[in-house]
Amino acid sequence: MHIEIDKNVCIGAGQCALTAPGVFTQDDDGFSMLIPGREDGGGDPNVREAARACPVGAITVTDSAAAEAQVE
Amino acid sequence: MTELTDITGPATPADPVAFPQDRTCPYHPPTGYAPLREARPLARVTLYDGREVWMVTGHAIARALLADPRLSSDRRRGEFPLLSPRFEGVRDRRVALLGQDDPEHQRQRRMMIPSFTLKRAGGLRPAIQRIVDGLLDTMIEQGPPAELVSAFALPVPSMVICDVLGVPYADHEFFEEQSRRLLRGPTAADSQGARDRLEEYLGGLVDAKARQSGPGDGVLDELVHQQLSQGTLERADVVSLAVILLVAGHETTANMISLGTFTLLQNPGRLAELRADPALLPAAVEELMRMLSIADGLARVALQDIEIDGTTIRAGEGVFFATSVINRDPGQYDDPDALDFHRPTRHHVAFGFGIHQCLGQNLARAELEIALGTLLTRLPGLRLAAPAEEIPFKPGDTIQGMLELPVTW
Repeated sequence: MHIEIDKNVCIGAGQCALTAPGVFTQDDDGFSMLIPGREDGGGDPNVREAARACPVGAITVTDSAAAEAQVE
Repeated sequence: MTELTDITGPATPADPVAFPQDRTCPYHPPTGYAPLREARPLARVTLYDGREVWMVTGHAIARALLADPRLSSDRRRGEFPLLSPRFEGVRDRRVALLGQDDPEHQRQRRMMIPSFTLKRAGGLRPAIQRIVDGLLDTMIEQGPPAELVSAFALPVPSMVICDVLGVPYADHEFFEEQSRRLLRGPTAADSQGARDRLEEYLGGLVDAKARQSGPGDGVLDELVHQQLSQGTLERADVVSLAVILLVAGHETTANMISLGTFTLLQNPGRLAELRADPALLPAAVEELMRMLSIADGLARVALQDIEIDGTTIRAGEGVFFATSVINRDPGQYDDPDALDFHRPTRHHVAFGFGIHQCLGQNLARAELEIALGTLLTRLPGLRLAAPAEEIPFKPGDTIQGMLELPVTW
């Protein structure tokens, strides 16, 4: 799983950290960030729910295979 | 008053219904919104001045439109629709955050979010618990009975937001009264006067903080000693932010505590379930927010034509979001009129959606969990001290909640 956070649109609502606290947290400025070591989502089933809960669509979740294909 | 047949009448795709309307039962949408519940995802409603506007009633479309930058929150635009004539008196005012569009909104929001993160809200929990315990000690010492709005529901968030902002709680009677007049005063002049007095009071406080060499640790102190002193915010911006944070910080949560308590007392099965399993508290708070939808009428104006769901919202048209109807969309929530602490209640729009989603939502969650949880634990015999149908609640054109809540234990 590949998770992208667009900090240009993040409004610091904290929905991601509330929904999937094992993967997302908020940095000192209040922006969403991935917890170190959990950048791939760690198999947490709440990651997609967290992306859907984001009020500004700042989180994009893709399957790793799809992400790799995009890079190629 | 809990008969659901009252609020799910037959489909009547007739004339636009009047908006807003008073609730019949304080925790259900007004019975007069039945046609709106049948007309998903979009309907037409008539405002107090006879103007027709769009009403968003479907959950998916509400999320799409609340996140759409073609809808403006700038109430200084002439065509911006108002919920009540009282807001004519403050239409020209600078309204920080919720009255701004991006990029100015984003600039202001970014200054505020470090103070309202989940971590900050979590760090405030011990202080909130002390406030809740102190108020309940006094209430228990002086009762039973008690009037829960004045003894508990209002002072809890009022004390907390004073602490967070750096506003002296000693002035609470003044700002609570002005806030009440701003949001519920009978006339536009009343609302305007209240806004003037709040700006004057908070302006004085901002100036006093600017003169202090050693700043306090409130959010207003930070704004004064960082943004104002560096010129990134003007004094009028700081005062406008202070008004919004103070008013929104205590009115909304106070209403959720009073109406949440009333709703639980009227649903004894759910109340017993919550008392038996306090781990349900966060889910119960979230479900109460969905069910009660106290900010029931978010307003926007279209800046451009918007094609959505086979309909065109024309530039200049008003658009309202009835959160009480959206949060009961059967396409999103099974048996939406039931209070159910086990449903996936996430994705409700009680805090709004899009760039304006509530800045203080995590503080509100912490306050509600502690206030409701402690109230139920300390007073196992809590019950209404008057017949439910005689207890007054707020009219439809303002934030929903109880005007009074007589209780005993």
